[in-house]
Amino acid sequence: MALLSTENLPIKAEIDVVAVRRRVRELATKLGFTLVDQTKIVTAASELARNTMIYGGGGSMQAETLNGPRTGLRLIFKDNGPGIPDIELALRDGFTTGSGLGLGLGGTRRLVNEFEISSRIGAGTTVTITRWK
Amino acid sequence: MEKIPILRMGEFLLVTIQVDMHDRLAMGLQEDLTQMISDTEARGVLIDISSLEIVDSFIGRMLGNIAAMSRVLDAQTVVVGMQPAVAITLVELGLSLAGVRTALNVDAGMDLLRSAVKGSSDQYGASLN
Ligand SMILES: Nc1ncnc2c1ncn2[C@@H]1O[C@H](COP(=O)(O)OP(=O)(O)O)[C@@H](O)[C@H]1O
Ligand SMILES: [Mg+2]
Repeated sequence: MALLSTENLPIKAEIDVVAVRRRVRELATKLGFTLVDQTKIVTAASELARNTMIYGGGGSMQAETLNGPRTGLRLIFKDNGPGIPDIELALRDGFTTGSGLGLGLGGTRRLVNEFEISSRIGAGTTVTITRWK
Repeated sequence: MEKIPILRMGEFLLVTIQVDMHDRLAMGLQEDLTQMISDTEARGVLIDISSLEIVDSFIGRMLGNIAAMSRVLDAQTVVVGMQPAVAITLVELGLSLAGVRTALNVDAGMDLLRSAVKGSSDQYGASLN
């Protein structure tokens, strides 16, 4: 798989979540995603960026554009926060330890083609999503 | 501080969301609208989201909260203009927007508000008899 470009965006404050949405939209547009696919990946990025900020205590998003054989956008959200004790539970619709709707993780998984999460208590969380064109 | 403007039109309040809101701006709108419904005794709120490129769970929760709070204050809320791509994504995300009335555009939303407000005052009148 060929990596076209890679870049890193910080996620420290609410305004960074807006910047993440904007940049993911730009990249998805550049890759020629349909409007619906753009909307899906931007929405997923918004959910994960907010989790990184609120629950992870801040972190970053790495964005990779891919081509050959397939064109796609891969986003890696990383933080060094408290980690997720029970990932299966966290993925369940409606589960939240905050004041959200508990749809961020479960909903994101439905919006993308590939979804990977790894988390260690006290060490942090990494969520990787990919949407193919 | 940055704010989303709220327009008063007779007994209705109109909000057009034109920016990609950060979370605090959305929370501010929720608080401002609640205050304004109570101050102006508005009977309806119309929220135009036709410029919004996404609705995530945070914005979804905000719309639900506004609808719930306006109900408590005896006002109706209608959300109008959701883009088709946003609607498709919303369903997959799992957001049901239960309790939020929607209409295709501002005109249809105003019609819905007028009839909803009329309906609720008829009901009120009937219960007094
Ligand atoms: N980066 C993270 N670090 C620690 N915990 C997280 C992280 N992301 C999600 N979680 C946990 O998973 C739960 C579910 O997340 P989500 O589905 O996005 O719902 P919500 O954001 O509404 O709580 C959160 O309430 C939180 O407990
Ligand atoms: Mg979340």
